[in-house]
Amino acid sequence: MTSVLAPVGEAPGSARTRPARGGRRRPSRARWWVVLAFLSPFVIGFCVFVLYPVAATLYYSLTDFQAGSYRPVQFVGLRNYRALFSQSDTFWVAVRNTLWMVVVMVPLRTGWAMLTAWVIIRVKRGRAVYRTLFFLPSMVPVVAAALSFIVLLNPVGPLNRLLGWAGINGPGWFSDPAWSKPSLVLMALWASGNVMVIFSAAMLDVPRELYEAAELDGANALQKFRSVTLPAISPVIFFALLTGMIYTFQYFTEAFVASSSANATSSSNDLIGYPANSLLFYSTELYRQGFAYFKTGYASAMAWLLFLVIFAATVVFIRASRRFVHHAGGGR
Amino acid sequence: MSTIDVTKRQSHVGRRLLYALAEHAPAVAVALCFLLPLTIGVLTAFMTQHQAGTGSLWPSPWEFGNFRKVFSVMPFGRDLLNTMLYAGLSTVGVVVSSVPVAYALARLRWRGREGVFLVVLAAMMIPAQVTSLPLYVMYAHIGWVGTLKPLIVPSFFGDAFSIFLLRQFFLTIPDEFTEAARVDGAGELRILWRVLIPMAKPAIAAVGLFAFLYAWNDFYNPLLYTGNSDTGQTLAVALSQLAKNGHQNAYELQMAASLMFLLPVLVLFFLAQKVFVEGIALTGVKG
Repeated sequence: MTSVLAPVGEAPGSARTRPARGGRRRPSRARWWVVLAFLSPFVIGFCVFVLYPVAATLYYSLTDFQAGSYRPVQFVGLRNYRALFSQSDTFWVAVRNTLWMVVVMVPLRTGWAMLTAWVIIRVKRGRAVYRTLFFLPSMVPVVAAALSFIVLLNPVGPLNRLLGWAGINGPGWFSDPAWSKPSLVLMALWASGNVMVIFSAAMLDVPRELYEAAELDGANALQKFRSVTLPAISPVIFFALLTGMIYTFQYFTEAFVASSSANATSSSNDLIGYPANSLLFYSTELYRQGFAYFKTGYASAMAWLLFLVIFAATVVFIRASRRFVHHAGGGR
Repeated sequence: MSTIDVTKRQSHVGRRLLYALAEHAPAVAVALCFLLPLTIGVLTAFMTQHQAGTGSLWPSPWEFGNFRKVFSVMPFGRDLLNTMLYAGLSTVGVVVSSVPVAYALARLRWRGREGVFLVVLAAMMIPAQVTSLPLYVMYAHIGWVGTLKPLIVPSFFGDAFSIFLLRQFFLTIPDEFTEAARVDGAGELRILWRVLIPMAKPAIAAVGLFAFLYAWNDFYNPLLYTGNSDTGQTLAVALSQLAKNGHQNAYELQMAASLMFLLPVLVLFFLAQKVFVEGIALTGVKG
């Protein structure tokens, strides 16, 4: 079509068949403009949708910029960062809640995915059916999942009725500050099928001979799991914990929907964190500051801090677990 | 036959049953845990408002009118159309723009290739929160907030995760195929179109599926850009606002709407289960 696009497809081929550079030397270098043409979507996209915004966020974070306001923007240095640490109490509530999720939810979810994978691979006939059933919930869109858990866990809802039959007085779940985060953990366990699939694939990859050798040594099922399965799947454990941690630092949709749908009596901005700020997480607080209060500079400082923390936590985690994963892998 | 033989056989059958039970009992127990929320959700969609609000476990008159009622309490059809536009167009965008980039990273030889690949990996790691504030300002500046454009247009500029997946797959295709075409005088675009894409269909299908589901389920971006819009709402956000719009106790409507929102995903899942499992394996965490 255009004069720019046409040569990309045709010229290199037709021009290169005869001339000296042709077929003899096999791995010939591609021409720079061919490479650039193929890369161009990413090059443009990366500059416009990644590089520029990341830099702009850093700049905003050093100003008192408020999106939508006509006030001239002033450079304020590190004031936004100082305000995070000294002036805001909701910031620390959000940090504490987020860390709680990282420390409690991520290991539980990984462990549950591992357990369910182990349950599945021990089934010989009908494994595919179970795998489909276990995996299915992870396909449910987060919003739909959150809504159905609000129904399931509402104080006079089906689960509390079931618990009542067993003589247990069920808690208020999403409307009780002490139980709202555990409710989200339950939801995360329910939707852990995508991690489970990776675990079960890794477990099935463990050579049979290793199990047979362990059986000869008189190992029972639990011992076999500990000394054969666990070392072999340690890379997957590492992967699940790492991606789970990164995801949970940015935890947003589940908390936002749970807070706004479990109680709908006040205006939407007050709903973030309901009940009693127990579901106020780093990303929901950032959203409120940046997109409800339009304190763009302040929210940008939060965003950059999040970026740095995720980066640092990833580096530390990879360093710390390198030994564990490697050691476990080498020790079989 | 002696009686001993018969009792022996009976105990044999009994033992087999016991084994089967031991084999399946844990899996069945876990399956019930996974199915409970789903079942309750589906059943609630067929309850009357009174039943749904009082924690009933089984709809006693089956109320099929809830699904129709959803259309009267929210503009479900329009939101569905928006969601389909977002998911459909962004899937096209992701595939069309990511395949050539992955090709350049996997099949062309040029200096700086490893560096650009590292940039792709880095782009995957950047949290949405770090980019959304300036992007919002930018979209507001050009009048895109409230429309579907901020959701769709960026997907036409390469998606890092998809580029990564496709590159990994392209690398598994032996060099001989592309080199043979190159010796025959085929241009790069022709090699990509005639040789690589036909061989990479499973990977492209997986990337397309992931992109579609991502957009269908996406909440954060639609909330930012069309959350307050009268015409640009997508289903994910609209469902979460049902409660806010005075239907917070209408669990049966929330579930009926959620079920309709979920249905296309389930259909896709059952049609393309193999693509999913292979796609997850493709993310390269094995070993």
